Amino acid sequence: MREIVEIRWHGRGGQGAKTAALLLADAAFNTGKFVQGFPEYGPERMGAPITAYNRISNEKITVHSNIYYPDYVVVVDESLIDAVDVTGGLKEGGAIIINSTRKPAEIRKELKGYSGRVCTLDARKISEEELGSNFPNTPMLGAVVKVSGVVDADEFLKDMEGSFKNKFATKPQVIEGNMKALERSMEEVVIE
Amino acid sequence: MGIRERLSGNEAIAIAFKQINPDVMGAFPITPSTEIPQYFSQYVANGEVDTEFIAVESEHSAMSTCIGASAAGARAVTATSSAGLALMWELLSVAASARLPITLACVNRALTGPININCDHSDSMGARDTGWIQLYSENNQEAYDNMLQAMRIGENSKVMLPVMVCQDGFITSHAIENIELLETEKVKDFVGEYRPENYLLKKENPVSVGAYATAAYYIEAKRAQAQAMINAKEVILEVAAEFEKVTGRKYGFFEEYMMEDAEEAIVVIGSTAGTAKEAVRIMREEGKKVGLIKIRVLRPFPMKELAAALSHVKSVAVMDKAESFSACGGPLFAEVRSALYDCKTRPLMINYIYGLGGRDVTVENIQYAFESLKEIKTSGEAGETYRYLGVRE
Repeated sequence: MREIVEIRWHGRGGQGAKTAALLLADAAFNTGKFVQGFPEYGPERMGAPITAYNRISNEKITVHSNIYYPDYVVVVDESLIDAVDVTGGLKEGGAIIINSTRKPAEIRKELKGYSGRVCTLDARKISEEELGSNFPNTPMLGAVVKVSGVVDADEFLKDMEGSFKNKFATKPQVIEGNMKALERSMEEVVIE
Repeated sequence: MGIRERLSGNEAIAIAFKQINPDVMGAFPITPSTEIPQYFSQYVANGEVDTEFIAVESEHSAMSTCIGASAAGARAVTATSSAGLALMWELLSVAASARLPITLACVNRALTGPININCDHSDSMGARDTGWIQLYSENNQEAYDNMLQAMRIGENSKVMLPVMVCQDGFITSHAIENIELLETEKVKDFVGEYRPENYLLKKENPVSVGAYATAAYYIEAKRAQAQAMINAKEVILEVAAEFEKVTGRKYGFFEEYMMEDAEEAIVVIGSTAGTAKEAVRIMREEGKKVGLIKIRVLRPFPMKELAAALSHVKSVAVMDKAESFSACGGPLFAEVRSALYDCKTRPLMINYIYGLGGRDVTVENIQYAFESLKEIKTSGEAGETYRYLGVRE
């Protein structure tokens, strides 16, 4: 079997889960990988549960289905744990990364017996402290890179700095905040 | 060698249009093709192209705009999906019969109802008999490559027909994937300028377009139109051969994947072909002799070539991402089965209707289809030929 890392994102409409999936695809692309980044489309609206996906590989990817057996799951909104089967199909050798103020051990009880790694990150706190308001997707992106190792951490940070410089050319003051949010999330994510 | 990028299928089409810089785009937004005119209108606003962008109030008018522009001698393009294509219906036939080589990016989406925004092929399958050349794409790369070849095919003096380049709505139109773009100068060299022999604004040789034809002339006009579609086959291969010289990427009427010694095969269109390739790879590792054929050109239909490619196979499943309500199978099934009628030995053949309205198609779904082909091969009986894949009964 060829090696493809598969990631499933759960968020709510408007929180940037789709954007985060596309940013991760970009970052992996920039380190020479083959990538897919795509949301599951339906009649979405602000606040409704949404799903987005990534496939990342060293070889060309031809599969065009959704992801049912992900290596990693990212939950951008903790309240989705009750509403959506977030660990559905998640590989035991993988990990789930949840935006929460709680510790992994506490959340694990709610994860239907999932025995793989459970990781938490207070993305809201980092975002509010570094970016001035609640944009959880940037810290969650840092956490998934750290936990999955799908992209080399140093290469990832260097690449993200480049794209922030490009994206925020007219607002250079936010580049530092975004970079700090990424760095902090990679340090502060709790893996158990 | 090319430009390494990552783009959605819609971005890929918009960039192809930017590199080609057509004379006119007439378009009206509809999900999931909206991004194409949206991105393109930004290129117009930024002065990156000098295309006349005509924002209209309906798809009927979008196609009418293209017809007017093309009749006047301009290179005209548009993009649409689903109900938008349906609203163009009347004009699709007008464009083809007036022999106007308009290019349409069709981002496939189910027709209503129930109302649905996701992918199947019911929109373009319904338009297959309107006289348009139809090219289908597995991914963003093929959507881009097909678009670069479309005008060379349609505008060829032996053809002069409109061309529809189809890709799967959302599945490829909204998925970011790797792609290799051609440098803009090379695109311009390859596609060239549109220089029609005759057009409305050519004062030296006035012509009328869209004339009335009585019974004394109508069938001759249709015969000439049919000949253009026959001629298109040769031109499609010529253009593909030239495209391969420029890009190294090979195209034909269809792609054969692991077909050489295949005993069971599926015939499929669009993004599911990629998923099916993964299924074939897995099953080949298990020693199973499976293969697939992915249709790129549906109109003109490569009847003889398909028959040759399939005649040695033991059992075949033709995959239709559209109903045709014939009560006996989908549109592709009818044509593929008919193509094999003249063969001395023929495979047993079944039809699967699948993926309607965006129903996800997995590697496991395809493996299931292959397993049923194995049963058919073993038993020697096709059984019920009109089947649904992954439906709740």
